[in-house]
Amino acid sequence: MIAHPDSRTRRWAALAALVSGSLLLGACSSADGGTSTGDGGRPKPGGTLTFAVSSDAGCADPQQVGSNDTIYSLRQVVDSLTDQDPKTGRIVPWLAKSWEVSADATTFTFHLRSGVTFSDGSALTAHVVKDNFDAVPELGALGTLAQGYLSGVESTTAVDPLTVRVRFKQPNAQFLQATATHSLGIESSASAKQSPQTKCSKGVVGSGPFVLNGYVQNRSITLAKRAGYAWGSSLWTKKGEAYLDKLVFKVVPEAGVRSGSLQSGQVDAIGSVGKANEAALQGGTVALQQRANPGVVFNLGLNNSRPLLKDTKVRQAILAAVDRQQIVDAVFPTGTRPATSILAHTTPDYTDLGKDLAFDEAKAKSLLDSAGWRTNGDGVRVKDGKKLSLTVKWFANAATNQPALELVQQQLKAVGIDVVLKQLQITQFSPTLQSGDFDAVWGNVTRADPDILRSSYSTLLADFYHLPAGPLDTVLTRQAATTDAARRKQLVAQAQTLIVQNAYVVPVVELQTQLGMAKKVHDLAFDASSRVQLHDTWIG
Amino acid sequence: MRLYVAKRLAQALGVLWAAYTVSFLVLDFLPGDPVSAMAGAGADTGQVDPARLAALRHAYGFDKPVLAQYADHLGRAVRGDFGDSVSTGRPVTSTLADALPQTLQLTGAALLLAVLLGGGLAVAATYTGRRWLRQLLLSLPPLGVSVPTFWVGLVLVELFSFRTRLFPAFGNDGPRGLVLPAVTLAIPTGALVAQVLAKSLFTALDQAYVETARAKGAGRLRIHLRHALRNASLPALTVVGLLAGQLIAGSVVVETVFSRDGLGRVTAAAVTVQDIPLVQGVVVFGALIFVAANLVVDLVYPLLDPRIVVAPGRKVRLA
Repeated sequence: MIAHPDSRTRRWAALAALVSGSLLLGACSSADGGTSTGDGGRPKPGGTLTFAVSSDAGCADPQQVGSNDTIYSLRQVVDSLTDQDPKTGRIVPWLAKSWEVSADATTFTFHLRSGVTFSDGSALTAHVVKDNFDAVPELGALGTLAQGYLSGVESTTAVDPLTVRVRFKQPNAQFLQATATHSLGIESSASAKQSPQTKCSKGVVGSGPFVLNGYVQNRSITLAKRAGYAWGSSLWTKKGEAYLDKLVFKVVPEAGVRSGSLQSGQVDAIGSVGKANEAALQGGTVALQQRANPGVVFNLGLNNSRPLLKDTKVRQAILAAVDRQQIVDAVFPTGTRPATSILAHTTPDYTDLGKDLAFDEAKAKSLLDSAGWRTNGDGVRVKDGKKLSLTVKWFANAATNQPALELVQQQLKAVGIDVVLKQLQITQFSPTLQSGDFDAVWGNVTRADPDILRSSYSTLLADFYHLPAGPLDTVLTRQAATTDAARRKQLVAQAQTLIVQNAYVVPVVELQTQLGMAKKVHDLAFDASSRVQLHDTWIG
Repeated sequence: MRLYVAKRLAQALGVLWAAYTVSFLVLDFLPGDPVSAMAGAGADTGQVDPARLAALRHAYGFDKPVLAQYADHLGRAVRGDFGDSVSTGRPVTSTLADALPQTLQLTGAALLLAVLLGGGLAVAATYTGRRWLRQLLLSLPPLGVSVPTFWVGLVLVELFSFRTRLFPAFGNDGPRGLVLPAVTLAIPTGALVAQVLAKSLFTALDQAYVETARAKGAGRLRIHLRHALRNASLPALTVVGLLAGQLIAGSVVVETVFSRDGLGRVTAAAVTVQDIPLVQGVVVFGALIFVAANLVVDLVYPLLDPRIVVAPGRKVRLA
């Protein structure tokens, strides 16, 4: 390292700043050089991208992991049968040139591209796809995402060397989108046949634009460009090989260290930028990039079987009493949108129900009045000697959960509803949902297909929220069996309207993925699930 | 001497067994179970088939009665098999073996720094004749003990990595990456060494043999280093044994701040997702290090002060 001529004075300046106590409040960038402006210049091949993420899933198999921090890297190793356009939500060709879906959405036939090879030299055939889909249901606890996408599968058959057919017991329209996810990324036969544990620790062999070079748990994932790659997604702008020679993903758990490392040029991009680090990162040589995660927004998942919450008016009052904009402004990163439906606006077939989700304190109060809940001396409403009090259970999978819920608590108190917040360990969450022992839970689900509404709210499936059986079930079942895009959109819109107007759950805020990156990094774009695709990315 | 060693070894084994048993009981009392922890660790909850979870629970043996699980696990642990991590499927022992060298580097460097800095400070504070300097030096250890390690780490990173770019802010790469974390970890440890050593140095300097040495005409520095320090180092050495445990605990924070791979990070991750086999491995392993360090200290005592083994030693000689 070459000492800067002024490093002495800078060190003293730093010490002075420390003494004055302003140091850790995200002092502005002292980075020098870096004259690059936003876009512009011609893409050029070569270079290494260093990306700092906050955690390691402890596994190097894209079919098993569900954590964004690890998907960012592993997504680059595998190709999928299809890809999904982040702008339109449409499914487009990738490893499959074309496909047919039976009218009842039970049978999916994919015609594979020829000439695709895995990095171990083996070729992509219908048998390889079959080996993958046969192995997925055997994955362990980590593989729940991929298993969910294939649930109800009857058989996968290789019709001919380049044609593969997947049959389901019930209509399953979501499956086409599922083939575009990293979870159903295709691995070589040899890889697919390994035990889940071996795939986790040793990594997998894919046909993607990058090859896994090294995985050191809790430390780093290193990828190298695949020479001769020529079967990219139809969405990518560059044909053939990727621009970057090498990708290095470093695990840096501390948010302040991540942003400081980006500012000081020790890394080129970082994940999980929260509101607290935004100010430090704006301007200078760093840019922020954000996109809302598709799927079910953060919401209060109400237990509709509880005596208090059986009353539609009470649920609707909660819906109206939440001031979503205030929560967004106070807690979430800049650009985060308040919920305007139960689905985030980046989900295909999203419908804007912003009017139904408007904050209206007066309406909330009159709904509660008409439901027979009278205000009491201490501000909490009472009916038949019972207090209008509910417990919201939550767990710490995001730093924003607690402040957001504390605001919700205040807002509901203003209309006479008492909210008790109860934090759970992550390990308790799933048993709590299954046992139904909750008034409300706080959570979200990322998925770029509206069928997530069926898995979450159909009373024919897990039915964690104990909704009344009824028209919503019919609509959700029908959309899963509809291959006609316009008709499906209509049904999904109906489902969203039914959920929001009946206030079965209370949508609050969209989850936004926010990345920070050096301005010299270009074309690092989000995919349809708000994760990254690095084939087109270049440094210049 | 042999009896002395055997007794110490038996004590060490007892501590290990207790550590294993207590950690087993504590983990068993925690609500929830590790399998649903894994399934719910991502934000995408509510998508898991309960039947599949039950099958996994069975595969890991979490559905057996507690006593059966305990007996089963203890039996294998004795043979060095702590089972597989629930979160990664890797054997616990190899996960720990991979992380150990990183943490040993860190704690070794920190301990060395702590002994040099803390020892130096104590000697300087007790040697100096200037009252104000002594006061100043003696006020440093309480400060070093009380500042949070996390904060010290962040300040050092800001000053020496983000601003002056002298050292990398994160990672396990090479000796340069070791400097900031080792200094961070050495500050509270060194402060403790300084406190204990300074106190016993003051006591030693009041002893009669110091007077005797002085009367014989020994120089001040010679008395300080040859006579007083030698005697004062025993209590400090006891503390070094305790410090082994403190260093391992401190590595959880330091390894997180500096994104270093190691036992601390493994521990933090294992606890978060309630990876019971891994947590058990970490606890027993931590106890092992602690016990080993104290065993070494116990065995070094007689070398510094022969009187310590005189009692049992004489019996051996007579027999």
